Amino acid sequence: MRTLKFLLRKEFLQIFRDKLILRMIFALPVVQLILLPYAATYEMKNITLSVVDNDHSEYSRKLINNFTSSGYFKLVDYSKTYSDALDQVEKDKADLIVEIPEGFERDLIREDETKVLIAANAISGQTAGLAVAYANTIIRDYNIELRIQWIQQPRLNAIPVIDITSSNWFNPQMNYKMFIVPGVLALLVTLVGFLMSSLNIVKEKEIGTIEQLNVSPIKKYEFILSKLIPFWVLGLFVMTVGFFISFIVYGIYPAGSFWVGYLFAGIYLIALLGFGLLTSVYADTQQQAMFISYFFMLIFILLGGLFSPIENMPDWAQYLTYINPVSYFIEAMRMLVLKGSSFWDLRYHFLIVIVFAIVFNGLAIFKYKKTV
Amino acid sequence: MKQLITFIKKEFHHILRDTRSMLVLIGLPIVQLLIFGFAITTEVRNANIAVLDNSKDEVTQGIITKIESSQYFDIDRSITSNDQIEKAFKSGKIKLAVIFQPNFQNELSHSNKAQLQIIADATDPNQATTLTNYLSSIVRDYQNELNRQNKLPYTINTETRMLYNPQLKGAYTSVPGVMGMILLLISAMMTSIAIVREKELGTMEILLVSPMKPWLVVISKVIPYFIISLINVATILILSVFVLGLPIEGSLFLLIASTVIYIFCALSLGILISTVTETQQAAMLISLLGLMLPVVMLSGYAFPIANMPTILQILSNLVPAKWYIIIIKNVMIKGIGIEQIWKELLILLAMTGTFLIISIKRFKIRL
Amino acid sequence: MTSEKEIVIKTDNLTKKFGDFIAANEITFEVFKGEIFGFLGANGAGKTTAMKMLIGISKPSSGKATIAGFDVYKETEKIKKSIGYMSQKFSLYEDLTINENIQLFGGIYGLSDDEIEKRRSELINKLNLQNEADKLVGSLPLGWKQKLAFSIAIFHTPKIVFLDEPTGGVDPITRRQFWDMIYEASHNGITVFVTTHYMDEAEYCDRVSIMVDGVIKALDSPAELKKQFKANSMDEVFLMLARDAKRGE
Repeated sequence: MRTLKFLLRKEFLQIFRDKLILRMIFALPVVQLILLPYAATYEMKNITLSVVDNDHSEYSRKLINNFTSSGYFKLVDYSKTYSDALDQVEKDKADLIVEIPEGFERDLIREDETKVLIAANAISGQTAGLAVAYANTIIRDYNIELRIQWIQQPRLNAIPVIDITSSNWFNPQMNYKMFIVPGVLALLVTLVGFLMSSLNIVKEKEIGTIEQLNVSPIKKYEFILSKLIPFWVLGLFVMTVGFFISFIVYGIYPAGSFWVGYLFAGIYLIALLGFGLLTSVYADTQQQAMFISYFFMLIFILLGGLFSPIENMPDWAQYLTYINPVSYFIEAMRMLVLKGSSFWDLRYHFLIVIVFAIVFNGLAIFKYKKTV
Repeated sequence: MKQLITFIKKEFHHILRDTRSMLVLIGLPIVQLLIFGFAITTEVRNANIAVLDNSKDEVTQGIITKIESSQYFDIDRSITSNDQIEKAFKSGKIKLAVIFQPNFQNELSHSNKAQLQIIADATDPNQATTLTNYLSSIVRDYQNELNRQNKLPYTINTETRMLYNPQLKGAYTSVPGVMGMILLLISAMMTSIAIVREKELGTMEILLVSPMKPWLVVISKVIPYFIISLINVATILILSVFVLGLPIEGSLFLLIASTVIYIFCALSLGILISTVTETQQAAMLISLLGLMLPVVMLSGYAFPIANMPTILQILSNLVPAKWYIIIIKNVMIKGIGIEQIWKELLILLAMTGTFLIISIKRFKIRL
Repeated sequence: MTSEKEIVIKTDNLTKKFGDFIAANEITFEVFKGEIFGFLGANGAGKTTAMKMLIGISKPSSGKATIAGFDVYKETEKIKKSIGYMSQKFSLYEDLTINENIQLFGGIYGLSDDEIEKRRSELINKLNLQNEADKLVGSLPLGWKQKLAFSIAIFHTPKIVFLDEPTGGVDPITRRQFWDMIYEASHNGITVFVTTHYMDEAEYCDRVSIMVDGVIKALDSPAELKKQFKANSMDEVFLMLARDAKRGE
């Protein structure tokens, strides 16, 4: 244990001496947390809209008016024909086309029925789906508005109606940033911890200093611990900075207990750093370590549920997420920050990251050979 | 010329010897495409929900059966009280709860109105919106079946067309994005590290005092990565057409020509990075944080640029990948010819030129 | 050298193979306490491989060896406590100061704080580094770094110190000073095991072995070897032996 004290002192001295890296560790979370939630948003505000109004009636104008005043759409152009509107989509000027047929008002009144065409640029399925959903809501609301206007509402409904009320828990304002900020925070802690730990041991290999340690009587677990603890402290530091910025910039702070959050992050970091160190023990050069970690990080993050819900994935991909430590951390952070989940709610998450921590660090100690 | 070939061979040996890195370089685009193509989808399926049936009558059972038979929802039967619902939300067991009012059927048939409450876990607002919409439409369908005989007056129907990508495949956005990202990774990051490595190890000086012209030294380092990039382009295109079922609507020649221009742009960026950094770690960090993150965030590949604050929209113009992704989408998916993309191509060429001019200037100062 | 002396390194047919390649072939020799043992050979002859087996970071393929009485197969960690090592690559931490490097390695070898402090100030005074003690090692000239690395390798007074080409790239004056330090260590009872390909350095050793293509071709004191090969210098001895070497650069 006395040896560990000396090794730790060395690691901290080295980290604090490397000003470039130190600045990165601090600047990365700050800049990312400030920029990312603004960039990474699916909150639709400016869906560009091209309207083909073949009716030019009072009703069609009202409908168009409802689109523009909804806040979701930006009317960029009135096209004469549908194919003109298509041209606009092709040139990326418009995302969505709404075509109102000739006789829209007349059919609605005389035939009780008419049809509006919505066409979306669906290259991005996600945005197209949301844009169409918004458009449908606007049309449906307009429809209800019309009916109220035309039908003298009786006290009782004329026909049976199931009245659906919906409420949104944990995030009633449907603030997308509430969703993305805890996830980004989890991502940053992960990135900093993993990159630093995976490059560290291999750097000593490349420079040759590791040989001097290998011929000394230090124990393998002491060596791994001396690498793990500094990054563990850094990881928790990054998380603290992150919490601070989330509060200052977005007013977001955990609904649950900070202690549970730190306890979870503490165990998670042990698991993650173990994996980073394992990569570092395995790689021969920093460049190689960089590639290997880039590869794993990418898969971990893509399958981590940061932007796309895990429940929607096919079964095989969901099984993969079971062995993805990042997905547990992202989920736990969201549960803690938004739902105020307690230690007991998170007990399975805790259990699983503990298993990860034991396995990865065990492997790292096992794979680290004091031989050449 | 012979010297050049010897040098390129040397570089190739260097790269090929490191099998792990090679595996990552060739395997990464494949894995990424498969994940995007098959794993990441916005299609809702098997979302866990709770149903609290306070009425247990014919109508509520009918609605529940309808919910169950949809592929979207799985009902968690163990939840039977209000208390349990809150707990289930907190532990993440369910994403949505449906609550029927007592005497549902009675109310519906006597006062023509019955209440159904949907509670969604809005931690993920988009997912909450989607799930609520899906569930409401199931209920509405059921109601329409009930009222088949009495048609609602003044109905505006809608017809929806999804242009270019009627099945809403995720691959349509991910393929251009993956291409923009992988090519930048290999061309810019790898070249910059490879050149800086020689600086760090001190072998650059030896090369520079040799009779080889400095620019030949740089070219010999760049060519292997250019070739690996081309291999990746081929892999990605073959996978997207034959496995992911993407079309190549426009001219293949135009597609490849613009890709080559983009690769040149990325390579010149790599050379630029190598002239401003001294260590491999610094080159890696600049490539990763200065290139990869902006590409993911600001190229319009993951997130629509139109939703971003103005300042980010302006910044996104500086990201080469943004222009490349526009070109790829237009040529590959929309099938547009050069008349619509010459502007983007010019921008890429101008960027390439700028990077090279700055690099040459910096190179001369250093020598 | 007589056999009454205490044996600190003993190898018996020690062999290391990498696939079909035999890097060190049935090496057998003994090293006595306090002796300066030169381990000579051209580049690629197998010196470093052999040394790595002795210091416990490479497992032999066959044969036996004991270092300070400990077995190289089973007791590597005990060996590591009794030895010091200075590698071919400079291996102190360049981003730590002289003092910090000294404290680190003192601590790793389990010296007490008082002991570390006492020996540190002695060492700094001896090397005349009072003004540089708090500077980063990376900023020192190469010769100083080498002397410092050697001092740190024997900082915990090991039984044996292994030096792998310690004077590579160093000017003649510093080399001379370096060898003075080696003599001093030997005088204090530390056995010195040194690999080199500078033949003038071989003359300074008590005994030398010459390795060619993984095999020890000769082993004796420099004077005896010169007599045996009827040569004027170790250089000539070495050339005679190494002439038909197949490996090398």
